[in-house]
Amino acid sequence: MRKILTCVIILVMASAAFGAPAAFKLGGTGPLTGGAAIYGMAARNGAQIAVDEINAMGGDIRFELRYEDDTHDAEKAVNAYNALKDWGMQLSLGSVTSKPCEATAAENFADRIFALTPSASSAAVTEGKDNVFQMCFVDPNQGTASAQYIASKGLAKKVAVIWKNDDVYSKGIRDTFVEKAPEAGLEIVSETTFADGNDTDFSVQLTEAQTKGAELVFLPMYYQPASLILAQAQAMGYAPKWFGVDGMDGILTMEGFDKSLAEGVMLLTPFNADAKDERTQKFVAEYKRRFGEVPNQFAADGYDCVYAYCQALAQAKATPDMDAATLCAKMIEQFTTMTFNGVTGENVRWSANGEVTKDPKGMVIKGGVYVGLD
Amino acid sequence: MTMKRLINLKRAEARKIYLTYAVVIAAYIICQVMSSTGLFSSSMRGMLVPICAYMVMAVSLNLVVGILGELSLGHAGFMSVGAFSGVASAILMQGTITNAPLRLALAMVIAAIFAAIAGFLIGIPVLRLKGDYLAIVTLAFGEIIKSILNNFYLGMDSEGIQISMITDTTRLLKGGRLIIRGPMGISGIQKIATFTAGFVLLMIALMIVFNLVNSRSGRAFMAIRDDRIAAESIGLDITKYKMMAFVMSAAIAGAAGALFAMNYSTIVANKFDFNTSILILVFVVLGGQGNMLGGIIAAAVLTILPEKLREFSEYRMLLYAVVLIVMMLATNNAEVKSFLAGLNPFRRKEAA
Repeated sequence: MRKILTCVIILVMASAAFGAPAAFKLGGTGPLTGGAAIYGMAARNGAQIAVDEINAMGGDIRFELRYEDDTHDAEKAVNAYNALKDWGMQLSLGSVTSKPCEATAAENFADRIFALTPSASSAAVTEGKDNVFQMCFVDPNQGTASAQYIASKGLAKKVAVIWKNDDVYSKGIRDTFVEKAPEAGLEIVSETTFADGNDTDFSVQLTEAQTKGAELVFLPMYYQPASLILAQAQAMGYAPKWFGVDGMDGILTMEGFDKSLAEGVMLLTPFNADAKDERTQKFVAEYKRRFGEVPNQFAADGYDCVYAYCQALAQAKATPDMDAATLCAKMIEQFTTMTFNGVTGENVRWSANGEVTKDPKGMVIKGGVYVGLD
Repeated sequence: MTMKRLINLKRAEARKIYLTYAVVIAAYIICQVMSSTGLFSSSMRGMLVPICAYMVMAVSLNLVVGILGELSLGHAGFMSVGAFSGVASAILMQGTITNAPLRLALAMVIAAIFAAIAGFLIGIPVLRLKGDYLAIVTLAFGEIIKSILNNFYLGMDSEGIQISMITDTTRLLKGGRLIIRGPMGISGIQKIATFTAGFVLLMIALMIVFNLVNSRSGRAFMAIRDDRIAAESIGLDITKYKMMAFVMSAAIAGAAGALFAMNYSTIVANKFDFNTSILILVFVVLGGQGNMLGGIIAAAVLTILPEKLREFSEYRMLLYAVVLIVMMLATNNAEVKSFLAGLNPFRRKEAA
């Protein structure tokens, strides 16, 4: 008995000393519980797949990933960030949603910990911070891209906009869309709003869009209110073209949602789970196997973030024993110069202010799945 | 005999007040030492200012709930008014007043004034009601404040301050800055709130509340709480005293809001929703209505607890709820209460 015990102790000690080689500590915050949890979980799952793949390759670059819950709240996000800092985070994935990320980005900047957020898209996230970068489009760009896309594909002339006027994300997109639409030759015939608390009945907004003769309704919002809008429009027999942005992604995996309602909905998102390239297919297959659903754009952004880090760290010849500030300087140098190919876009580049440049992909929902528009 | 009892009672009251001050000062010194010697984790250090803000909120709401005896379910609204007015004024003063602590102090004063005005305006209709009706109307006002701030735009350019509602029609000149941006709230806040400022604010709030409670007005508050009809029959102006407590409470909440907001680089009106109001009410109820020290301790415990439960990941909030229920039951248990009373070093022997 004693011999066995000694053996066990020696084994434990040996594995502690010669255990897994050193890894970069990668931390991020996101809503893992609450109303926005689907985004946080997706980003975390995507990042986890990438981390496991990279670690399995056995190269010099290894990661240890940790996500903390911020419940989509700036105060909790800072708490989560501090918890990650105590854990020894060297590289940050920022926060998944915009407002919390604005708060954590300020901490990243003050602490000189480099951040690459998968999906926090408001412009204020990167503003004035040299070490905070985005993997997703910045909100104003989505508005511009949507207006140009609708106009260039000749989808409609008369457009209605329904947006959420107490939401950063929705407002950011709506502002530039409304600004750019006339330039692109679109006419905005109706513009209506809703907010937290009155986001269950959209009959007024839809009736106005219908009476003003809108051929297309632009929905810059997350998918929960969008699902209700689609259901209520069908109930009142209104069938315009629907156009959403990346927040619409996830509507098909929403519990209790009748997928036939989303038939024909178009959305602009950088990720297309039906893309035929090998990397996307491999990622989608792995995600389906592990989490039982088709990955959305947030998952793809999380996945790409880790690979972008991997590429930058390899090019900078960084090692896990470097401290966060040293890595930060190296990462700023790499991210402002490198070109990255990922599942959310080819030839992805970053400007010095942290914004990303890549092409958005138009998608349409057909038969309950996303299909590329082009 | 009755005279002696009265004096004893006052002594007991005074002991309670000094104990509260002593605990707060001791906690401040301990935290300050631990923080400067690096014994505190980043996580704890990051929570010091919000804990102070929540403590002040607990003191503020205790004045309304514990002393005046009226239930307010919209207290986060005053915190919100204070947060937005305080931060906006701090940004406007950025160029002229470079001393950060002075700017913070001025911002908190302005925040308190704005929140007091909001408290007064809301108080006019609300304080004519009582009980459940009053609670429901305060809840509604909390939501109204949130809605207004979500549709409020304030900018500044070379021509002065521009304000607009619903949509942004401020049309700022070049070089202007849109400070409050409706649903986007305020971004790019300079983080000038400090733990010391939080401590000072808490001490000031305690002094104001204790002095008010032990004054003629304070006795009137409690008379109204204990028996409204009797208080009215001896000629107390119920609405006046209720208004006094309500406005004072709103002002303190406003200052706390400014402190809280200036600890983060960004703030949105949705942060100060019904849930935040209820959270503050939980501090007060858990700490004991009318018991300032209890509310302060509850605020600290309930802010730190969810962070300490992080290792349980998804089960965190479930455990938080269970712990909350256990604490509520335990603190209301007579045996536990007498045990806690036995620990009080200032307890006098029951001689009489």
